[in-house]
Amino acid sequence: MAEELTLTPRQRQDLRTIAAMIIPASDEYGVPGADDDAIQADILATLGRDTRPVVAALDHLAQLAGGSLAELDAERRDAVALAFRKHGGVPAATLVRVVLQCYYRDDRVLRSLGLELRAPFPKGHVLPDGDWSLLDPVKARGGSLRRAP
Amino acid sequence: MKDPVDVLIIGAGASGAAVAWSLAETKMHILCLEQGGWMNPAEYPSTGRDWEAKFYGEWSSSPNVRGRPEDYPVNDDNSPIKVVNYNAVGGSTVMYTAHWPRLHPSDFKVKTLDGVADDWPVDYDALTPFFEENDRMMGASGLSGDPLSPLTHPPMPQQPLGLSGAIIGKAMNELGWHWWPSDTTVATMDYEGRARCINLGHCTPACAQGAKSSTDITYWPHAIRAGVELRTHCRVREITTDENGMASGVVYYDKDGVEQFQPAHVVIIACNGVGTPRLLLNSASSRFPNGLANSSGLVGKNLMFHPYAQIYGYVKEPTDSNRAPPTCLWSKQWYDTDLSRGFVRGYGVQFVRGAGPVFEAVVSEQKGILPWGEDHHRIFRKLNGHRLGFSAICEDLPEEHNQVTLDPVLKDSHGIPAPKIDYTISENSRKMMEHALARGRETLETAGATDICINSPIPWGGWHLLGTARMGTDPERSVVNEWGRTHDVKNLFIVDGSIFVTSGGVNPTSTIQALALYIADQMKQRLANLFD
Repeated sequence: MAEELTLTPRQRQDLRTIAAMIIPASDEYGVPGADDDAIQADILATLGRDTRPVVAALDHLAQLAGGSLAELDAERRDAVALAFRKHGGVPAATLVRVVLQCYYRDDRVLRSLGLELRAPFPKGHVLPDGDWSLLDPVKARGGSLRRAP
Repeated sequence: MKDPVDVLIIGAGASGAAVAWSLAETKMHILCLEQGGWMNPAEYPSTGRDWEAKFYGEWSSSPNVRGRPEDYPVNDDNSPIKVVNYNAVGGSTVMYTAHWPRLHPSDFKVKTLDGVADDWPVDYDALTPFFEENDRMMGASGLSGDPLSPLTHPPMPQQPLGLSGAIIGKAMNELGWHWWPSDTTVATMDYEGRARCINLGHCTPACAQGAKSSTDITYWPHAIRAGVELRTHCRVREITTDENGMASGVVYYDKDGVEQFQPAHVVIIACNGVGTPRLLLNSASSRFPNGLANSSGLVGKNLMFHPYAQIYGYVKEPTDSNRAPPTCLWSKQWYDTDLSRGFVRGYGVQFVRGAGPVFEAVVSEQKGILPWGEDHHRIFRKLNGHRLGFSAICEDLPEEHNQVTLDPVLKDSHGIPAPKIDYTISENSRKMMEHALARGRETLETAGATDICINSPIPWGGWHLLGTARMGTDPERSVVNEWGRTHDVKNLFIVDGSIFVTSGGVNPTSTIQALALYIADQMKQRLANLFD
């Protein structure tokens, strides 16, 4: 059962390392990196059905690194990340997606993007009705349906 | 043994709900068996902060990814387009975009007009009153008077143009091309006990507001009040026949997994273009060794998907992003045949307003336009909330080698063989898709878009499951007759998208339901001699 799998301490460390490589912290935008404690906790708490492919991705990553990714120097880490991104297949894509989906629901990140910290329901959104005179040229041009015998 | 019912409907989705409601006035004992259950809007994705993430798991449009107990697996390894559906009361209307065009009158005469495929045995005029009735029942919104679409009278006004619609409209005007606000089944005002749309923006995986019409909240409450019995979590394995070759009932597994037999005088299949052939093929017997109602050999053949050619880009202005229903406008500029384009038939276009932040990040990273590292934040802010999309729904012509069969190995949780899909995109469709992508690029560039990306076909775009039990007057070239009754079994009817002869270039749900209502009406008119 994928849900019963857990990440080893080394896998957690590698997940944190690769997450920071995907999205580093930014002073300019005032946002944490994806290695932030709260974001990492969200990832681990919600892995669920993605646990198995994420574990597979982390195994692949360790294989490429010849050990722990976190312990490599920056240049070697970049080379491993490049290979991981290029050849990691579905497991790598799942790991990246999991990082992104937790990062882009973090309150600090959403605030920085100017987005509200809430579910869509029940407040919804307001949509401008728009200028329907834009349709006038289409109406003026007209046209007809193809005739069916 | 259970008492026989007068009419047994298999499937409570778009067509099953419509036919159940229509037949209810006969006061016959009508029973519908549905493999899924009732939905709970309080659990819909848009009620939670993880609304986007759910689309990658339990709310995926792919049954293979979703893997709920109500789902059955589909072997679509041999198809560039993967099957998507939903199994519940409401069927795939729970999980559709609610885009609501109809087939055009010319779509019913493709052989006569263009010399390809076959004409339908019914025409648009015969379906017109049922399109209208269905628009009222489902609750359609739109703007009447589109010069390049069949005349409709939606009971509610069109959706707002919004930011995205205005940008698209201006670009299309500059190019001199047709566009029009889409008919949709999104309620733009309070309607028949349903609240109006409040722009939750995440419409496809179910609408927590109930503004998007799905048959669990439109047809089914009416049908049940009129006396139709709906039995949920009941998965039908096979249709049985008697010594006279008539359908005698169905074998199904109930909610506890116990095998049951339900006798019936009439059986109606409403399981979509994949589920219906699966059931017919799995109902083979000594009398029907190639599957039920399959003397033509066409059950499962001629599968049509609508290959989607999608192109999108990013403009400087903000778009509606996830703050509105995803589709808002259509174009029929390239709908009809023009052989100078290098292909026969054509495509409709649905414009897409935008995407939410998680979807934007995931897709853009996969496309390689959102980098890892320091520049991630700057690029994401350029992309997020600035997307516009152009999706062409290309008419798929029927080809017998595109088919649904029974997988020899893969089975569902009840041990019923899973459907296996073998499908290729035709050369005609490929040329059509290339044409659409070129027009889409022109549109987007005119709108000022950059970073243009393509999904062609949309891999998980097998929403429209059509053609696998086609209509016709010739029993050797079709599975059902011109009013939905199988040629081989005179008390067996099919009402879903599998009876489509051709696919047109539009989303099919409106036409599927109009056909279901038409068939129900034909049955009511022929009750005295239904089996003659």
